[in-house]
Amino acid sequence: MSAPTGRPEDGTPTLELRGVDKSFGAIQVLHGVNLKVFSGQVTALVGDNGAGKSTLIKAIAGIHAIDGGEILFDGRPVTVSGPRDSAALGIEVVYQDLALADNLDVVQNMFLGRERKRGLLLDEVSMEQAARETLTKLSVRTLKSVRQLVSSLSGGQRQTVAIAKAVLWESKVVILDEPTAALGVAQTRQVLDLVRRLADTGHAVLFITHNMVDVFEVADRVAALYLGRMAADIPISQVNRSQVIELITAGRSGEIGIAPAEAAAVEV
Amino acid sequence: MSSTISTTTSSQEPGGAPSGFEADQGTDSLGGAARAYVNRVRGGDLGALPAILGILALGLLFTALRPETFLTPRNMANLADQAAPIIILAMGLVFVLLLGEIDLSAGVVSGVCAAVMAKLLADAGSPWYVAVLAAILTGVLIGLFTGSLVGLVGIPSFVVTLALFLGWQGFTLRLIGEGGTVPVRDPVISAISDKNLPVVLGWVLALVVIALYAGLQLNRWRTQKAKGLAHQPLAVVLVRIGVIAAVVVLVTAVLSVDRAPAPGFVLAGIPYAVPIVILLLLVLTFVLGRTGFGRHVYAVGGNAEAARRAGISVTRIKVLVFVIGSTLAAISGIVAAARLGSVAPGSGGGNTLLYAVGAAVIGGTSLFGGRGRARDAVLGGLVVAIIANGLGLLGTEAYLNFIITGGVLLLAASVDALARRRAAATGH
Repeated sequence: MSAPTGRPEDGTPTLELRGVDKSFGAIQVLHGVNLKVFSGQVTALVGDNGAGKSTLIKAIAGIHAIDGGEILFDGRPVTVSGPRDSAALGIEVVYQDLALADNLDVVQNMFLGRERKRGLLLDEVSMEQAARETLTKLSVRTLKSVRQLVSSLSGGQRQTVAIAKAVLWESKVVILDEPTAALGVAQTRQVLDLVRRLADTGHAVLFITHNMVDVFEVADRVAALYLGRMAADIPISQVNRSQVIELITAGRSGEIGIAPAEAAAVEV
Repeated sequence: MSSTISTTTSSQEPGGAPSGFEADQGTDSLGGAARAYVNRVRGGDLGALPAILGILALGLLFTALRPETFLTPRNMANLADQAAPIIILAMGLVFVLLLGEIDLSAGVVSGVCAAVMAKLLADAGSPWYVAVLAAILTGVLIGLFTGSLVGLVGIPSFVVTLALFLGWQGFTLRLIGEGGTVPVRDPVISAISDKNLPVVLGWVLALVVIALYAGLQLNRWRTQKAKGLAHQPLAVVLVRIGVIAAVVVLVTAVLSVDRAPAPGFVLAGIPYAVPIVILLLLVLTFVLGRTGFGRHVYAVGGNAEAARRAGISVTRIKVLVFVIGSTLAAISGIVAAARLGSVAPGSGGGNTLLYAVGAAVIGGTSLFGGRGRARDAVLGGLVVAIIANGLGLLGTEAYLNFIITGGVLLLAASVDALARRRAAATGH
């Protein structure tokens, strides 16, 4: 288990959500959600299916507008009304389905939509150098060539490219949506190492996962969503595995979590 | 799953370069590069191989069957004229196919544009450049219309262009009139197919093309090596330059031989249609390979959702691609009209589209989107033109021509589909 690194938790979070509400029609999906994501740390966002994890990251990414509450970036309130806004702030989301074009190579994918140019021409030299530099910085050693087509990569290598793509853009917050969900043992290992290095290179990482082993392997903090409410957002050192599972399934565990009355009300 | 894990473990072997990217160092020998190529072909990435084998096999076949006519300079010049409109139309279809879309109306659009040009030349007495510009503008506008229906309204391109296939034929019929033909007698337009580059100029052009190709290839290799980027072995680059140079010299030499049917005058040189095709090939290769737009075309064809999330306007790309397709169809219509010397209501109908789609697919462009190059249209167009030309020399009946050409298209599409399956299975 890695020891928490980075700045102490009383510092300003890079990304903070305060009392965020979100409804789809009559159904309220998020109820006053608070969340803090610190730079240099991995925050694991856990929760059962339907707890609101996807809605929460889509709200941060600007895909869903929030109905109430506020989003703070480096302590400043910001409005995120589209994916371009969040990208401009330095928030990058690596989606579960990766969003890579199979017929393009690693470099081309990493710069997709943001190609560097010299006049009319694509600046392949500088793009390839920058891509290689980023991959080297993240200690990615499993790619044979940065000019390999993405279709020839394994699942773990694709995940690596998708994450490296997010890092290329001087992003401050990297949100990873279940990056290890479809991977084998060795590849999960690689991706978890990469997630750790992301935090160690100063990024604020929000890591969505179902896997308790992953949580305790890389996370510094754990945030548990229960039926659209944030049951807990605490350092990993304050909880053990069974407590996290209780937070996911019941919304509270001992003294941690949603107040008993509220939890009971939610369950009805 | 097991195959992916084994990939991982093999690349983590202690012997591997600690920095990774070992394949980028490009110190491979020629033999190593050849082995890598064989592996790629086995993995389903056939590239230009089927088209080149097709050209060689068909060339040998027709030479054997018609030794006294097929491989003559006169027939080769004829072949070039025959291939040019097919190749140009196929270049436009390569763009459309790259998005995984189809333009079934491309052939009849070439007919509409040719009719516009012919009417302006014959009835309005416009100078050739006005007529040509009007035809090209017609192509642009048609492309905007088609592209908007596909990209903005969201109708499948198959349906849009099937409807337009019928609609534009009506347009041509209205312009030309039932049963009529409009002659194209403008000397400049006719020269595209009737006249040839002076032999000396032809050789100059050939040398310029070779020098340009060699210069670009060597310069890129040098930059990549100097900056420590991924690059091919120098030997591979040199072999490629050598092959291109040999082909260009051979073609120029054949077309520079006097091919006059009777003594008394000289008929030699490269037909003007050839430099038009070469110019388009250079421009379109540049657009697809070196510009942001080209990169985005590939991205949309490979994974439209990924392109959208990367901030690429998929709609804009779709509209522009249909504009390019129809513009090239217009140019193809002009070249075809120059060759036939007239425009009829049926111009661009019949097997025009089939030939062009066949050319693109035989050349290596995938019907599934995301894979294809401008040169595919040239190689595939030559295969299709050789079939048409050779069958003409054999004097086969029309019904057999249809069956054979249809069969070749099906064969090419099967190769494409099988290559794709193989690629999916081997992870290429």
